[in-house]
Amino acid sequence: MAKPNQPPLPSILIANDLLDGEVLFRTVSGWSPAVADALVAEDLATARQLEAEAAAATRRQEVVDAYLVEIARDAAGRPVPTHYRERIKTLGPSHRPDLGKQAAEAPAAGR
Amino acid sequence: MPLLDRHGWRDDPFERLENGLVAAAGSVLVPWAVVAEALASRRPGQALGVEVANDLDPAALRPQLAGLDLVSIVFPSYADGRGFSLARRLRRLGFERRLRARGPLIADQLADALACGFDEIELDEASAGRQPIEQWLRAAEAFTANYQRGYATTESILERRRARRNAPDRETAGAF
Amino acid sequence: MYRYDEFDERFVRERVAQFRDQVARRLDGSLTEEEFKPLRLRNGVYLQLHAYMLRIAVPYGTLSGRQLRQLALIAERYDRGYGHFTTRQNIQFNWPKLRDVPAILDLLADVEMHCIQTSGNCIRNVTADHFAGVAADEVEDPRPTAELIRQWSTNHPEFCYLPRKFKVAVTGAEEDRAAIGVHDVGLRLLRHPETGALGYRVLVGGGLGRTPIVGKVVREFLPKAELLAYLEAVMRVYNAEGRRDNKYKARVKILVHELGEEEFARRVEAEFAQLDGPSINADPEEVARIAAYFAPPAYESLPARSARLEAAKATNPALAGFVTTNVFPHRVPGYAAVTVSLKLIGGAPGDATAEQMRAVADLAERYSFDELRVSHHQNLVLPHVRQDDLPAVFAALAAAGLATANVGLVTDIIACPGLDYCALATARSIPIAQSVAERFRDPVRQQEIGPLNIKISGCINACGHHHVGHIGILGLEKNGIENYQITLGGDASEKTALGERLGPGIAAEEVPEAIERLVEVYLAARGAGESFIDTTRRIGLEPFKAAFQSFARKEVQDAAA
Repeated sequence: MAKPNQPPLPSILIANDLLDGEVLFRTVSGWSPAVADALVAEDLATARQLEAEAAAATRRQEVVDAYLVEIARDAAGRPVPTHYRERIKTLGPSHRPDLGKQAAEAPAAGR
Repeated sequence: MPLLDRHGWRDDPFERLENGLVAAAGSVLVPWAVVAEALASRRPGQALGVEVANDLDPAALRPQLAGLDLVSIVFPSYADGRGFSLARRLRRLGFERRLRARGPLIADQLADALACGFDEIELDEASAGRQPIEQWLRAAEAFTANYQRGYATTESILERRRARRNAPDRETAGAF
Repeated sequence: MYRYDEFDERFVRERVAQFRDQVARRLDGSLTEEEFKPLRLRNGVYLQLHAYMLRIAVPYGTLSGRQLRQLALIAERYDRGYGHFTTRQNIQFNWPKLRDVPAILDLLADVEMHCIQTSGNCIRNVTADHFAGVAADEVEDPRPTAELIRQWSTNHPEFCYLPRKFKVAVTGAEEDRAAIGVHDVGLRLLRHPETGALGYRVLVGGGLGRTPIVGKVVREFLPKAELLAYLEAVMRVYNAEGRRDNKYKARVKILVHELGEEEFARRVEAEFAQLDGPSINADPEEVARIAAYFAPPAYESLPARSARLEAAKATNPALAGFVTTNVFPHRVPGYAAVTVSLKLIGGAPGDATAEQMRAVADLAERYSFDELRVSHHQNLVLPHVRQDDLPAVFAALAAAGLATANVGLVTDIIACPGLDYCALATARSIPIAQSVAERFRDPVRQQEIGPLNIKISGCINACGHHHVGHIGILGLEKNGIENYQITLGGDASEKTALGERLGPGIAAEEVPEAIERLVEVYLAARGAGESFIDTTRRIGLEPFKAAFQSFARKEVQDAAA
């Protein structure tokens, strides 16, 4: 558990696109819909930078509900949220594998 | 602080004082706590306003109302609607002078405020800076008519329906 | 059903324009997210886990075929081909883009629909008995009252910034199918015992959520014509005095509880006495204008029993079973109300695809005077079907995959969307409903168990009404794992009761077996023809608690071993 006012580590920055609502992950240079692209904060300084970016991107009307999420790494080294709520958020509804990011919709199939 | 009404920005003639000692010559606005003192020490003809919290019992204000030229009701946040009900009750008590909503309201609430009996809204600089006056005036006209009877704006939809029913036919109703 | 006149039409169009303008002001920075959020909520737009969600009002659960088709179109064009019917008789879409919401609102306005006040701290969509106009035990159709309140509460200048949400339900029947005891205001139409005049019994301060409380009667008889002034008095007392220091204590039920029901009623009456009724209430012509839209359809004169139906049942056991569970008697001879279960085994409770919506719309147009209902049990109702047509309706439903014969039975489970969609949820609901339904899928066994309402909520806010389930399931988080509390003895009917917890929370995979144990206790103890809830009332909680706790203890020991 993170201490009060201490960002969780390691962690990623997760948010929803303001206009579309889609779940996005902060990368080195912007936002990506794929959790594998997320920039992982391993240290406090990077986590603080991500927090600052959350506030700035919210002010720029890019995203809403931006916050840091604690992660672990899967076998392939990809970030996976440690809490089940955030795992569902990165995947999609658990009873509908055909929907959400878990469906790995081809870009052509999206609207 | 910026002040607006249904016609746009306007100057605030009231000077805000923190105590009841009415040193200023012009119109003054004092906190509720010192209203008795202010009423006692005002100069002849000097306009006096009082600022009240939105949970004030209207009965407490009743004895003072006749002597007041302005009642300013504080909205701690725009989502706190108590001020709307207090305004309705003050109007029901017969207060006919200026009624002000003070706080971080948003443009969409100008119509609500007017309907509940307010005349004007006093904003903080940040809210006023983000919301140009055109937004307020446009929002105030968003609806031609509302459903509630007895609120102080345009004729309600129920009144309009009644007028329609009582008119001999549609042509005549349209002509009036 | 009610149809918009030019004033309603203009109002809804202006509301769409207003929301479009609000979105534009959010995007250009005039409004902050904190300022915009209550505005979008008041128009039914939530931010969920994966996307925005749009909740569309189905006033008192009444829909036409055309309206349901339009919902199907929206599902396909702007969502993922399905929608979710809710416990407040509304429908919600789980994947709309904020940028598309104004266009969706245009499509809704085209069929006299909207999203007004389906969320936010305001008076919400008014609900009513889903068998309004159908049930024989009805004094008067509650829908004209509900429509009057819908209009009066819409965009109310004084009551859109309340301490918390405010839900109103209306029934005109003896059997309470609208759960009026668990609403902020519950209205029961009745006749004055002496004068015979129509009026309302008014309940205030019911609600579920964190602090479940059954509403208190604050007015035994309110003359029908005085409704709006009385509601204005209730709302003004609540708006002025409801708690705003703690959102969990902000509902009117807490104010009623803290003041006491007598003092609350006294304050309402004092306010009411100061109001000028004639300048507030709708005039009789307006009440009559609304009521005229709900006049009964042109029923045929038919025998009470349909020979055609009886013959078909004799040769088709599936039809016979369906009629037993899903068909409700109609006040008019030869007719029946058909409940279309949205509780397919393996599906998500309340979900319907666009194709299914169109199939039901077809049936409504062809067989039910173009009328449909959404029930708070998350099912659809064809309210006025000729019994002669039941075989054809059943066949068409079966072809659309909608003939699940389980209404009121153990697999007719109410469940909120839970953590699979909802940002507020603490645990999932839908997979729990699916695993319980799977366990009890055998239709013969369901019939044998008889009426049993299971209700599941994925958090303390209780959108799944778990407190009033005969068996309630509440999903929480415990040590980073989903954990489910089981309650027993709740009842949403006119015998409103809140369920009691049976013991410690259990893991998701243990829920079906735990339900099984409770059903076993019931089956062993029941008298002839005695339902689950009647047995729990008679024998009390203890036998169920004992069975549940011995099960839960064993699970804990096994897990530790």
